[in-house]
Amino acid sequence: MALFSGLSEKLNHIFSKLKSRGKLTELEIKQAMREIRIALLEADVNFGVVKDFIARVSEKAVGEQILKSLTPGQQVVKLVNDQLIELMGSTNSKLEVSSKPPTVIMLCGLQGAGKTTMCGKLSQYLIKQGKKPLLVGCDIYRPAAINQLKIVGKSVNTEVYERGTQKPAKTAVEAIDVANSKGYDTVIIDTAGRLHIDEALMDELKEIKKATSPTEILLTVDAMTGQDAVTVATTFNEQLDITGVILTKLDGDTRGGAALSIKAVTGKPIKFCGIGEKSGDLEPFYPDRMASRILGMGDVLTLIEKAQSAVSEEEMKKMEKKFREASFTLDDFLVQFESLKKMGNMSDLIGMIPGLGNLKLSEKDIDEARMEKFKAIIHSMTKQERDKPEIIKSSRRKRIADGSGTTIQDVNQLLKQFDQTKELMKRMKNGSFNMKGGKRKFPF
Amino acid sequence: MGLFAKIKAGLKKTKDVIAYKLNKLFTGGALDDDFYDELEYILLSSDVGAATTERILTELRDVVDEKLLRDRADVKEELKRIMVDILDENPAPEYEYPLVIMVSGVNGVGKTTAMGKLAKKFKKEGKSVLLVAADTFRAAAADQLSVWAERAGVRIVKQAEGADPGSVVFDALTSAKAKGDDVILVDTAGRLHNKKNLMDELGKISRIIRREMPEAMYLNYIVLDATTGQNALSQVDIFNEAVDVDGIILTKLDGTAKGGVVLAVAGDLEVPVVYIGVGEGIDDLEEFDSVSFVNAIFE
Repeated sequence: MALFSGLSEKLNHIFSKLKSRGKLTELEIKQAMREIRIALLEADVNFGVVKDFIARVSEKAVGEQILKSLTPGQQVVKLVNDQLIELMGSTNSKLEVSSKPPTVIMLCGLQGAGKTTMCGKLSQYLIKQGKKPLLVGCDIYRPAAINQLKIVGKSVNTEVYERGTQKPAKTAVEAIDVANSKGYDTVIIDTAGRLHIDEALMDELKEIKKATSPTEILLTVDAMTGQDAVTVATTFNEQLDITGVILTKLDGDTRGGAALSIKAVTGKPIKFCGIGEKSGDLEPFYPDRMASRILGMGDVLTLIEKAQSAVSEEEMKKMEKKFREASFTLDDFLVQFESLKKMGNMSDLIGMIPGLGNLKLSEKDIDEARMEKFKAIIHSMTKQERDKPEIIKSSRRKRIADGSGTTIQDVNQLLKQFDQTKELMKRMKNGSFNMKGGKRKFPF
Repeated sequence: MGLFAKIKAGLKKTKDVIAYKLNKLFTGGALDDDFYDELEYILLSSDVGAATTERILTELRDVVDEKLLRDRADVKEELKRIMVDILDENPAPEYEYPLVIMVSGVNGVGKTTAMGKLAKKFKKEGKSVLLVAADTFRAAAADQLSVWAERAGVRIVKQAEGADPGSVVFDALTSAKAKGDDVILVDTAGRLHNKKNLMDELGKISRIIRREMPEAMYLNYIVLDATTGQNALSQVDIFNEAVDVDGIILTKLDGTAKGGVVLAVAGDLEVPVVYIGVGEGIDDLEEFDSVSFVNAIFE
């Protein structure tokens, strides 16, 4: 398991053996970079890109002052993280608009990257911005692809223009005429998935490009792609001079090193990320989040944002005070459950927490059904019991189990977890909280 | 062997060892760090992954020392042998009929296409095949499978979009039993392995198959896209937990990706690769052959 804490710990181990005095030395950097290299390779960053990246970071790192607030290990991770962010560019999720409408957006990519699904998402995104998009079905090869696009279009209230298996370039040109006459300001062209080495099909894309002069040519790439991402992106870019990249399936648990590889070899911005199967599941690309994800640090920022939107500031303050005073009761535990639920699917959240990214979903610790059970149990307690759980002895346990339709074992389990959470809070308060390699049980 | 011959053989061995060690010491042999770096590059750029690559190369170095190899070509052959051994460790299942194969995997790996090809393959062998469109989620997935059913000349059972996949499978099995089909191929919706409820759904379909056709041989194949990197490990691991994966169909090997991650999968998770997809045509599905697969990595 390559985790942030894991990586950081490994690096700290290296540095503890070599007594650092104020500055990082070349030897230390070299050893540290070995670990970084493995972390990046396991995240599917391309071999060549890793090599260049390591050289670049090493150069920066030598002679770097060690900050007082960080351990040398953390400092190297921070340096690597900063460099990753810099390399992946700034947030740039704007779609260019043509001065002469309609704006033509063309999606291309390998089979199964998620182009058709992405068409629907882009459509919805544009509609929200007050645009009027038209979808064009130019995938004339995959069985039922146009049908799929029609269903996708319907779900986001967007018209689909298609002419069956007619030559794609011709269909695309006709679609632009339709857009002009019917007042659509954006035309999104869905093309067939193709291999970058399939010359005939790459020529077809060039024809579509020539016939429609798209403002945006977006390469759609599966975030789980491995080393080959570089070859694919380079070829598409050489042939079509793409304007940007869309990463799909980022809702999986992939570390997504392909993002770095593609940016490094094409220099083109990553504009959007697909993060689910619903038409609203489209996000701008955040280089900082991607950097921590590639390093296995989890998507902490997203988690924090989600937490912020789910829990009101007032609730937060109240909770914080309880944390400080360690006067946490079962009622508070209940509130915690509720806000966690508001934050979204538990399993999605777990993936964002550093150190827990690779936890198996089947682990009972994060079972949502169990959370429901716990809630029922707390609801079956008296006010007094909730405030002072230590008074809950065997007869009370039985009554609570009966009242909540659960078993005494369930009640015991809840009380145990509550104790653990309290214990954890005490430790957080004392500043000694340390997630070791993700093995710590999650406190609910 | 006489005593003298034994001593001679022993001496020769010692001589070889000394020669080997000297060679290694002074020249690094033909096997200097650059050579190993080159091998490492080949493995890493094929998506074998850092950890598995390191493991394979460590084993290689041991074997090289043990067999006193000095020639680069020999070492390369040895490396290939190690890789083939890893891939062959778990053999592909031998079919018995009636046979139910459920195919699952993450989105966009080519499940439906692989289904069409499999249907054709069994049909060619003279089996009576039923395709089951249990992907009721993705828009037009059943339509897509219908086209393949037509191309392969086999029957298909499907329901309206959004139907319960469990009920589609139930219907299909009832129909298969009535008609006495030999092979039932179940296409499922693509799902990311970290979506627990979707994985649970897969488990449910699996239970229905076991319950309704206990007499049939039931296999679960996961479809992996050859362009996928190290995430494939996580995919197989978690699908395996949900439904006991019996084999891998590795698709899209007609591109430039080598699919080397299956070495990590085969090594760590003991799941064999059964078929490979090499194109979009209905006959572009081949039985997996570890030797040519490994050779392709070194091409």
